[in-house]
Amino acid sequence: MLIAIAAHLVAAVLLLPIGRRWGRGAFALGATVPAATLVYVLVGRPAEETLSWAPGIGLELTFRLDALSLLMSVLVSGVGALVLCYYVAYAGRNADRGAVARDAALLVLFAGTMLGLILTDDVLSLYIFWELTTICSFLLVGGDGGTKALRRAATQALLVTTFGGLAMLLGLILLATAADTWRISEILADPPGGPAVAVAVVLVLLGAFTKSAQVPFHPWLPAAMVAPTPVSAYLHAAAMVKAGVYLVARFAPGFADLPTWWGPVLVVGIWTMVLGGWRAMREHDLKRLLAFGTVSQLGFLTVLAGAGTHVAAVAAAAMLLAHGMFKSALFLTVGAIDERVGTRDIRELSGLGRRWPALAGFAVLAAVSMAGVPPLLGFVGKEAALEAFTHGGVKDIAVLAGLSAGSVLTVAYSLRFVIGAFGSRGNALAPTAAARPGAGFVVPVALPALAGLVLGLAPGLIGHPVADYASAYPVAEPYHLALWHGWTLPLLLSAAILAAGYLLQRAGVLSRYSNPLPDFLDAQRGYQATVAGLTRFAKEFTGRTQVGSLPAYLGVILLTVVIVPGIGLFARPLWAPELRAWDSWLQLPLAALVLLAAATVVLARRRFTAVLLTGLIGYGIGALFVVHGGADLALAQFLVESLTLVVFVLVLRRFPPEFVQGHPPDRRQRVVKATIAAAGGVFVAVAAVVFSAGRQGGTGGGPSSEASAEYIARADEEAGATNVVNAILVDFRAFDTVGEIVVLAVAATGAASLVLASRRARRGGLPPESAGGEDEREGAST
Amino acid sequence: MTEHDHDGEGDDGDGGDGAQVHWTEWDTPREEWLPADRDRPDRPRSLLLEVSTRFLFPTIVVFSVYLLFAGHNHAGGGFIGGLVAGLAFVLRFVAGGSMELAASLRLRPPTVIGMGISIAVVAALVPAAFGDPVLSSAVWAVHVPLLGDLKIASSLFLDTGVFLLIVGVVLDLLRSLGAGIEARELERRPGEEDRP
Repeated sequence: MLIAIAAHLVAAVLLLPIGRRWGRGAFALGATVPAATLVYVLVGRPAEETLSWAPGIGLELTFRLDALSLLMSVLVSGVGALVLCYYVAYAGRNADRGAVARDAALLVLFAGTMLGLILTDDVLSLYIFWELTTICSFLLVGGDGGTKALRRAATQALLVTTFGGLAMLLGLILLATAADTWRISEILADPPGGPAVAVAVVLVLLGAFTKSAQVPFHPWLPAAMVAPTPVSAYLHAAAMVKAGVYLVARFAPGFADLPTWWGPVLVVGIWTMVLGGWRAMREHDLKRLLAFGTVSQLGFLTVLAGAGTHVAAVAAAAMLLAHGMFKSALFLTVGAIDERVGTRDIRELSGLGRRWPALAGFAVLAAVSMAGVPPLLGFVGKEAALEAFTHGGVKDIAVLAGLSAGSVLTVAYSLRFVIGAFGSRGNALAPTAAARPGAGFVVPVALPALAGLVLGLAPGLIGHPVADYASAYPVAEPYHLALWHGWTLPLLLSAAILAAGYLLQRAGVLSRYSNPLPDFLDAQRGYQATVAGLTRFAKEFTGRTQVGSLPAYLGVILLTVVIVPGIGLFARPLWAPELRAWDSWLQLPLAALVLLAAATVVLARRRFTAVLLTGLIGYGIGALFVVHGGADLALAQFLVESLTLVVFVLVLRRFPPEFVQGHPPDRRQRVVKATIAAAGGVFVAVAAVVFSAGRQGGTGGGPSSEASAEYIARADEEAGATNVVNAILVDFRAFDTVGEIVVLAVAATGAASLVLASRRARRGGLPPESAGGEDEREGAST
Repeated sequence: MTEHDHDGEGDDGDGGDGAQVHWTEWDTPREEWLPADRDRPDRPRSLLLEVSTRFLFPTIVVFSVYLLFAGHNHAGGGFIGGLVAGLAFVLRFVAGGSMELAASLRLRPPTVIGMGISIAVVAALVPAAFGDPVLSSAVWAVHVPLLGDLKIASSLFLDTGVFLLIVGVVLDLLRSLGAGIEARELERRPGEEDRP
């Protein structure tokens, strides 16, 4: 499993140059990776792999292939391979190679992170993979960021799902703390309880709801339809949005009994299912129609996966597969239409069914599965879903009513899709003229559509993993997927739903409604208001806290340094330091030099003088290190001091030579500044003396503490170094070193960007504007 | 001083084969002291600095690499070595300006920083592939003919990453604070072409 995930990541990196060089062939090449993964998971058996990468702090990567992971990885890898193959035809001969390379690499990367997400058994890795899929989705939806619509859609997807992801992280940490383990399987084996867990469950659900586009977070999914159709098909039909459903399905066995779990799951799920169907009836863009259909189906899946009963779990597994198949087939159909005809608007399409019988046939097969018509997998799944809620109390009946209403809408919009895409408009619109799509388009549509038919006729093929997954719930008599259960209530309901859906579509009631929702309930407006509010808050907050005065910032930093560690230091009994006047006579002139320089810095009027004197202090301290025998430390101190001096000189060229210009300094301000500075200096000095005393006290007055002695003793044998400073840096505390260099890189990049950006703003200030600005300034001064 | 008295054409004309050079001119300098010398004719310059940079720069860089390797057993290490190498570039910048800095290294500073981080992170992760914890180090003793016994610790790779990163950070500072501000000043002069 580790190898499969790693292969995806490596392939993604390699596909970038390949795509730039050879164009769309990269998609075909990329498809081999998920295809191989599909074969691997199909022939593999349930397994567990662990890679411990920091055993000292209990961090490890654990991957588990169980029934649910198997079902999901069939979807992720199968549809992934299919979409990548399809992209070859969709991209066409003259595709922009940069875009091809980017999309191919990102799709494979996405498949890899998705695979990691569904296979991992570790809470933190789950979160990391979760956010990686979010980032991939952002990049794929955004494409080259060429238009405002692209950027806006990508940003919305990113903001909404990251918000949920952070909530989920919090929830997962709460769960893991309550259960005292980071392994998901162990949390579920012995689910913790208590009020904290009730809250944690809501937070985890929040993550799932944002990812799976549940109400009220759903608008990002239809908005993301600006992406190329294969991307939409994969991310927003088969893979990414399923991550939320997966999360619900994964945690449901442990927490489905909690009211804070089933309450949100059932209410939000059904609401989403009905609302998605409702909105799908009013869309004219085929892709948006399908997108709202996806929203609706995701609500359905959330209800099934989260309900927490055996039959519902069976239904969830079947519907998960069925939805992945029919929705990818339908999206790919839309892609073919869009590519060949140039429009996806059902008001401009006519008679395509007669022209393209093969594509239309497979698309109808998929749509029929979506509507839940026998003998397709969609029907089998829906039967199970209805069965799951027919025997319970009031709650189940309410859920059943909701699901039935949603299913009626599903039938109606499935019909609307088929008629809109392939139907004839009679005399109103001439048949659309377009070249027939080739095998590159039809085969990727045909495969999932036919798979839905085959699995519908022989549901036993997936019986084993489905039963395995559903066995997580206690049951007296296991439910099996089948086409025919006899004359049962669900069958009757199915027939009624089909008839009602047909009538609803024929009557055309919903599509004629102009605006069924009041503004304040419009989720998209809610999103916009939230983002605008956040921006305003950030602006006001920054305006109040970041005043732009260096003395003010320094003052805050110094006061914090004095107060926070100061409390910690003086709250405990202090060690009595044994003070020696000096160790070596060389220290005396050096100390005098440093003190003298420090005293003079305060009096300096010119910036340059101050900088030079500060440098002198630094060199003096470096010399003190030498006297103490710390060659490494001294060397580093000298070098850093020299570099600082150079940087200061570079920057000071831009500053006025003197600190104070024109007006005399404000006396009161100077007193405040001097007080803060003195407090900071005194605190550091006292803290240094007290801490060094405490350190020496640790070993009863010895020259060095236990830690130092340990480091010195182990440097040569463990790190192979006789220079203990270096051994600490690159071996004992190497993790710190890596962290520090990352911080350094970020700081350097940030500083460079600031300088270069301000330069660009100055130069690239758009000639007409800057000219206007100067005029204004002149006007103001006169 | 007139080591630049002859101009660009003179460079190409008599710079070629030594046999035809007149004996009074055989030791006239045929190259610039620093590669980017001619680009900024109006720059204040110091011959002494340019000449010493010419031979100090490679020396300091070699010394910095020595510090990197020696760090494991003597004073030095990636951080110190990187700072020394960075200061070598500072020297070139002071002597020849931003063009000189650009001529001294083809790679862009962010690339160097990225290389440094990548090497360090890869060096940190490699032990995981062999089943050891991340960042654990191994020591290899090799016997090399002529040189004798060599002891190499795998943490050298991490140190190399640190070295590159520090060099990159110094270069980035020079580029943004030094060259960036310099370019900004030059923008005000009419007719001066802006080179990034």
